[in-house]
Amino acid sequence: MRKIISFPHLGNYFVPVKYLLKRLTNLDVWEAPPITKKTLELGNKYSPNDVCIPFKYNLGNFIESLENGANILVQAGGGCRYRYYAEVQEKILRDLGYEFDFIKLISKDRIHPLEVYKTFKNLNPKLSFLKFLHTFLITLFFIYYMDKIDVIIRKRIGFEVVKNSFKNLKEKMYKDFSKCNHLLTLSIQYFKYKKLFKNLEIKKPKNCLKVGIIGELYTSMEEFSSYFLEEQLASMNIEIKRYTDLSYLLWKKRLTTKYMLFKTRKYCKYTLGADGLDNVYRTLMLSKKYDGIIHTKPFGCTPEVGAIPIIKKVASDKNIPIIFFSYDCETSKEGINTRLEAFYDLIKFRKETK
Amino acid sequence: MKKGYLGVDIGSISTKAVVIDENSKILLSKYIWTEGNPIEAVKKIMVDFKKNCPKDLKIVGVGTTGSARRLIGSILNASIIKNEITAHAIGTLASYPDARTILEIGGQDSKIILIDKKIVVDYAMNTLCAAGTGSFLSSQAKRLGIQVEDFGKIALTSNNPTPIAARCTVFAESDLVHKAQMGYEKKDIIAGLCKSVALNYLNNVAKGKKIIEPIIFQGGVSKNIGVVKAFEKILDTKIITDPNGHLMGAIGVAILSKKESDIEFHFDIADYEYHTSSKFCSGCPNNCEVILVKKEDEIIDSWGNRCERGSIKN
Repeated sequence: MRKIISFPHLGNYFVPVKYLLKRLTNLDVWEAPPITKKTLELGNKYSPNDVCIPFKYNLGNFIESLENGANILVQAGGGCRYRYYAEVQEKILRDLGYEFDFIKLISKDRIHPLEVYKTFKNLNPKLSFLKFLHTFLITLFFIYYMDKIDVIIRKRIGFEVVKNSFKNLKEKMYKDFSKCNHLLTLSIQYFKYKKLFKNLEIKKPKNCLKVGIIGELYTSMEEFSSYFLEEQLASMNIEIKRYTDLSYLLWKKRLTTKYMLFKTRKYCKYTLGADGLDNVYRTLMLSKKYDGIIHTKPFGCTPEVGAIPIIKKVASDKNIPIIFFSYDCETSKEGINTRLEAFYDLIKFRKETK
Repeated sequence: MKKGYLGVDIGSISTKAVVIDENSKILLSKYIWTEGNPIEAVKKIMVDFKKNCPKDLKIVGVGTTGSARRLIGSILNASIIKNEITAHAIGTLASYPDARTILEIGGQDSKIILIDKKIVVDYAMNTLCAAGTGSFLSSQAKRLGIQVEDFGKIALTSNNPTPIAARCTVFAESDLVHKAQMGYEKKDIIAGLCKSVALNYLNNVAKGKKIIEPIIFQGGVSKNIGVVKAFEKILDTKIITDPNGHLMGAIGVAILSKKESDIEFHFDIADYEYHTSSKFCSGCPNNCEVILVKKEDEIIDSWGNRCERGSIKN
């Protein structure tokens, strides 16, 4: 039987993940079909009702992948309730009668390189440890470069002169990045695109509105789940800052936790689970130079629910406007738009009177 | 020729419209039920305005707000379409320049707007539940067999409001039925309901917000004196209600339309047939629902599509 690997979506990270899986296994890698309303409907139908929304999206992705012909699924995990996703999703899919292999990349909340190597060795007996390490390393750089470019894009996309110029260039970049086999070629591509992005024509006023997005990782990284929040902000000509990205979660977070605890010592004595503490720290940082903060989370996200009162306290101490969005499959887009428009008016009037 | 500005606030339950002059003085105003048909409601108002509009007044700005703002905005060819939070704040500040807190309870949503130095500094809207809004009160009035307009007066006659658990609309209703079956007096139940609306609002919408005087109470529910008194009792302060409180959104958006460039406008929309239809785009599995607005047979606006594939052209 032909083996086809598939995995759920998270923003644009399907590109490096596909890159990694393809090179490690030499099998066909099909990322899940793009997220649509149907994905959420499917996920919602077969998920426990109270589970957080990323679970539903992931499950919907898996079902659509399986329907598409995939027979090996990959899931990560860790941090919060995300830890249980793999187990529960596997069980649900098996109960639905699908036949597939399920690969869990993260066990006991940690990536163990040796275990992951063994898993891939099973799929591809020719895989050497050196090749495994090398590919892994390049993928990490892939993600790192991608996130670096995204930072540039977020600063500028709200002011683009030619519509969709950033989006189109980004797609071209992903294609070129995926072709690189060595760190050196990848780096060359990165510097080339960095220049290209910086040279794209923009019309940016000096004192434009600046908004920071904080919150739970899935809703801030997967644009579909936040009703294309960043796109909407860009259409309002706002500069966006977002802390959460994959390189943050993979290594930056580990390196900065102690520092964040020190900086937020007035508010937090210990970490709050998942990105709770990080968001308190970000509120503190954003209050210095930004005009407003948007906090996103899935409905019922426990770490964020715990962090919100503290974030509110920080925001009122530092006198910075903040708005909270809680997404769920029953969220109405109209309601979100009204609140977002009002938030825009609020920060705009505030800036004008300053 | 004097310049006039039209502001229309199309809410879930009622539609409000005003015409103001350059000094923000109200020349015409109208308040009718939306009855689930915003286009008809606006047409009715336009017929009425056309009749009563002074001959030397020319409408040069049109603003729409409320939940049907987009639809009516495209029909009236509005110069500005604004969300109800900003519109209410601007409208209220025009009559109460020192207002610090605006409490608003409408048909389906309730909000709190905090103002400092004449700008909105914070706001909140009910998110998941419509407990304690106008439609809840009117459905309970129906259950008790009284007119919702008499609610407040009856509530004031009670000295001993019945506590009603109002965290959730459905549970509040069953608690209310239960209390009625237990033999509580109707006026006490009604007073209890008013109190629970106020409590629910303060616990859900205004949670954690500092309510500073002067407090202005608006929206359809502010016409209910029972709820006003309940708020005053709980907050232990004076609450200002305005006879024009229900018009504030419309006034606000009319004022905002002054800043936009002048447009041509006639009250003749009632003479045309407007149709709205929705269509599911079949370009991809996302199936965007595209809304179409037609004037006679000509498409004047469409929205709802996420990408070019779903765009509908003439």
